[in-house]
Amino acid sequence: MNPIIQHVRDLIKQGKRLDARKMDEYRDLSVETGVVKTAEGSAHVKLGKTEVIIGIKLSVGAPYPDTPDEGALMVSAELMPMSSPKFESGPPSIKSIELARVIDRGIRESHAIDQKKLCITSREKVWMVSIDICTINADGNLFDAAGVAAIAALKDTKYPAFDGETVDYKEMTDKPLVIDKVPIPVTISKLNDQLIVDLADNEEAAEDGRVTATILEDGTICSIQKGGPIPFTSEELGKVIDLAIEKSKEIRAKL
Amino acid sequence: MALKVENKSIVVPGETLAEGMDFLPGEGAFREGEIVISSRLGLVNVDGRAIKIIPLAGTYLPKVGDRIICKVFDLTYSGWRVKTNTAYAAMLSMKEATSEYIEHGADLNKYFTIGEYIVAKIINVTGQNLIDISLKGPGLNKLKPGRIIEVDPCKVPRIIGKQGSMVSMVKNSTGCNIIVGQNGLIWLRGEPEDEMLAIECIKKIEKESHKQGLTEEIEKFLKDKTGGVIKKPPVMEEDEPRERREPRRDSRSPPYRGGPRRDSRSGPRNFNRDNRRQRR
Repeated sequence: MNPIIQHVRDLIKQGKRLDARKMDEYRDLSVETGVVKTAEGSAHVKLGKTEVIIGIKLSVGAPYPDTPDEGALMVSAELMPMSSPKFESGPPSIKSIELARVIDRGIRESHAIDQKKLCITSREKVWMVSIDICTINADGNLFDAAGVAAIAALKDTKYPAFDGETVDYKEMTDKPLVIDKVPIPVTISKLNDQLIVDLADNEEAAEDGRVTATILEDGTICSIQKGGPIPFTSEELGKVIDLAIEKSKEIRAKL
Repeated sequence: MALKVENKSIVVPGETLAEGMDFLPGEGAFREGEIVISSRLGLVNVDGRAIKIIPLAGTYLPKVGDRIICKVFDLTYSGWRVKTNTAYAAMLSMKEATSEYIEHGADLNKYFTIGEYIVAKIINVTGQNLIDISLKGPGLNKLKPGRIIEVDPCKVPRIIGKQGSMVSMVKNSTGCNIIVGQNGLIWLRGEPEDEMLAIECIKKIEKESHKQGLTEEIEKFLKDKTGGVIKKPPVMEEDEPRERREPRRDSRSPPYRGGPRRDSRSGPRNFNRDNRRQRR
């Protein structure tokens, strides 16, 4: 077996981690907003060596026929080849689709954005919110870094000028995008039957399974995603949820 | 008839190092008529009559006899192909990998499988830079669990130090087992905090390798961090008994004792004494 993976697993068995962190300890998290001038809202999040930039674009378009008075929400993720030797350019990989979908579900199901408020004229014109995730450096736990960046960028978003026909992106209004709730995703991984948070890249290579739970202020769980080949037992899942709620409070304080 | 540059000064490619026949071009230098010219960016090192250039940075060039750390990435019918941290892959043939008898059609994954790392010795480099490696010799083996870091291969002699002084100082201060490959890959294992200190220390040596009196500086750095406590690294366990690695005494073929083959391609041994790296 790869010596690095085996080393990570051996250490975890002894209750230690490669970077001497505790099992439930996050790396340093920093959030900076308004980093991209051409976007309506943006955020740059650093989680240890992991770095993610998210830009929000607002455009006007026709609503979906089944939701004529609701705006649209789109999330896309690009795993930049420069951010990790594991990422290649080309069509979106499974990893990038999963990242985008987990972030999308967290925001959509938490009702952070009231999509009815994005409606301009029913059946004709609605605001469409695109969230673009862009990795700068991928050293593990992109889910949590991107989730924090997404909500920070949405909070930073302001509407561009709109005269009823065209959108003028050169002119910004003071009207912010209304964010009702702040969903925070917390990823908890299972490795050698231990539950660990915030895995670095070399630890992610050794993980057995993971659960990403998106948590609201009051502890409501609005989405859960399970990944990896090894299943979680129901007791473990209970522990995962308790830990996720506790950790989401910690992250929320830094936002 | 004299040296045109000062010893230990930095030169650029094309710079005249010496005039006349009193000096000989070493590694990183060449002669053109009456003058010796540098072919690399680096520090001048005058050793007797020989002038060589110690490069400041660069990739690893495989040399016979070097101990390197490499990663298995392919299995073939006759052995394993490994990545060597150079532009060229190396070949580990079945014969050089183990002294065990491998049956025809045996599953080679049993011995080494893709993703594993090995410490090996270069036994042959052809003109086309095809590299052959061997696992026969002391300390050559599959790598145990641990972490692997990458450093500039040009800084490896400095990390090892004279007779391995620098690396043993780091080992004894941090209590980590460390294996340095000439190709710039370093394996280490210890407690997580100790590993992190060892990595910090190695990165410091790499960054300040041009300095004089670096050994003292590193000694002080380690003393400040550890409080002067000497922590011997644990003795590395061998996962297979040594006897099994001895060549089988077989009447059909004489036992191969290991070491570089002295055939017509590899040339005489110790061709250029300066080219030999300091080794532990």
